[in-house]
Amino acid sequence: MISFLDFEKPIAELEARIHDLRQLDGEQQGGADIEEEVAQIQSKADQLLRETYGKLTPWQKVQVARHPNRPQFQDYVAGLIESFTPLAGDRAYADDKAITGGIGRFRGRSVMVIGHEKGSDTRSRLRHNFGMARPEGYRKAARLMRLADRFGLPVITLVDTQGAYPGVGAEERGQAEAIARSTETCLDIRVPLIACLVGEGGSGGAVALATGNVVIMLEHAVYAVISPEGCASILWHSAERAQDAADAMKVTAQDLAKLKVVDQVVEENVGGAHRNPASAITALGDAIAGALAEFDGRDGGYVRQHRREKFLAMGRLGVV
Amino acid sequence: MNWLSNFVRPKIQALVRKREVPDNLWIKCPSCGQMIHHKEIKLRQFVCQHCDHHLRIGPEERFPNLFDEGDFSTIELPAVLIDPLKFRDEKRYVDRLKESQNKTAQQDAIVVAHGKLGGHGAVIAVQNFSFMGGSLGLGAAEAIITAAKLAVLQHAPLIIFAAAGGARMQEGILSLMQLPRTTIAVQLVQEAGLPYISVLTDPTTGGVTASYAMLGDVAISEPGALIGFAGPRVIENTIRERLPEGFQRAEYLLEHGMLDMVVHRHAMRETLIRVVELLGNRPPSAEVISLPQPDLEIPALTDTRQEGETGDSGSAP
Ligand SMILES: [Zn+2]
Repeated sequence: MISFLDFEKPIAELEARIHDLRQLDGEQQGGADIEEEVAQIQSKADQLLRETYGKLTPWQKVQVARHPNRPQFQDYVAGLIESFTPLAGDRAYADDKAITGGIGRFRGRSVMVIGHEKGSDTRSRLRHNFGMARPEGYRKAARLMRLADRFGLPVITLVDTQGAYPGVGAEERGQAEAIARSTETCLDIRVPLIACLVGEGGSGGAVALATGNVVIMLEHAVYAVISPEGCASILWHSAERAQDAADAMKVTAQDLAKLKVVDQVVEENVGGAHRNPASAITALGDAIAGALAEFDGRDGGYVRQHRREKFLAMGRLGVV
Repeated sequence: MNWLSNFVRPKIQALVRKREVPDNLWIKCPSCGQMIHHKEIKLRQFVCQHCDHHLRIGPEERFPNLFDEGDFSTIELPAVLIDPLKFRDEKRYVDRLKESQNKTAQQDAIVVAHGKLGGHGAVIAVQNFSFMGGSLGLGAAEAIITAAKLAVLQHAPLIIFAAAGGARMQEGILSLMQLPRTTIAVQLVQEAGLPYISVLTDPTTGGVTASYAMLGDVAISEPGALIGFAGPRVIENTIRERLPEGFQRAEYLLEHGMLDMVVHRHAMRETLIRVVELLGNRPPSAEVISLPQPDLEIPALTDTRQEGETGDSGSAP
């Protein structure tokens, strides 16, 4: 059972009616009449779903991107990576479970996979700190990238975070420095880095893993310098204006592709990845495979320079 | 040297175009509240003689106190996209930009200058918190990239005085992309075997700390400067507790291993000269050229005094 978002209410109502009719059918053996009615409502619900998701506003996309049933790091790994072998720890202080990573096989080749994990129920969300990493998470990410670099393994990152964790300990242990080093490592390695924005991409905590040769974004994912609520509370002096902030900041995959910050937008199934995780996961896998193929046979110097030039050109006059 | 002639047309001290300052301007120390005559506080590099508070200052106040004989050239910076998102909150971004340009006589938040520091060439970039909270966007990042390229070209050290609330939200995702872009600038300097000294001044927070500001070969700060990734209010709202005394201040960061030193503004120039000389394995400069002293005639504090404060006008995180 998936949970419905506010703007999905009309769809939810139709689904509820179908549910009731089916139950009635079960009790009374209503037969063809009910079957027909169910089919009618179903096709109406499908159409509404298609229409709704065909024109989501930026703020609605923010809600879809944060949907609790949206596939998480572990789902992508389960669907795409064989022999996944998690690696832990920053070798300095702790193992931060908001960022996980490890080695595994992606469509026949060894890769390093690193990403934010938000968790999927209350317990695991607490365990993973809702995907909000502390310095140890970024230091682990940087360590794993260096390891991949040493063995020539491509790096795949899955970005899904509201942002880095704002806490006393995180600041004391150098949150800013850890994020800066992780970004620096992304830019430094000589293996291809394919960054995938699969849910929420929030601020420096996201870019620390998203500075890739190719940046792929799911159709309903969002990516921004600050959360719409944060932006609204600073510029509009009210978090209530988050909708306006989401509009103004251009947070959708479609807008970011126009700005050339995102290289490829991967279509999700109708109604979003949370309605059919398997299909979204496969679609992302295909996009990653295509992106990796672009770097087959390229030497490390080329790969590194490619990434640097891509970012240096970003936002320059004549590029956007 | 095409790049130099194309991009680096030095405008000799265009920055220090004299602005009319009324003689009876008194500045109130934001820390102890004492009134200090503008000439006196300028002579003391905007450090309060009563409580030693380091006031927020911009390029105009910093450059003359850093370069030998106060002599430097500012660099014309490449043009950048203006307001790519057509952003508007309660005000239009282009209007905010114009306001800051008029207020500071700067193109954007960062000004780059080059000149001699202890007898050798140096490139110094100064971020001005008075320009939209010093925020890092396309303009400021292009300044840093240009400064880095100039340092490489001149085989000179790069010194960046950071001061910012964070990234410029009005440029949306493009402001976030300036984190990797400025990180590349740092890499260019470091790969050329040149020192990059980061001086974190009050305040340096958000995306600026998560990029070039925290990547210095040597990291210096001024006393009392607020430095951190998340702002104190955001942290308080998250953990719902009062923050410890001195949290996110320069001395606290030094204690926690995030900085090499906290240096008084009056010792900054000598410290930078020494660090750059030692890293470059150069002999100590024959003469440490002193800075020109402004004339000091202070009128009596009268009731017609005007209060003014440098710095703070932050809007962005
Ligand atoms: Zn004072």
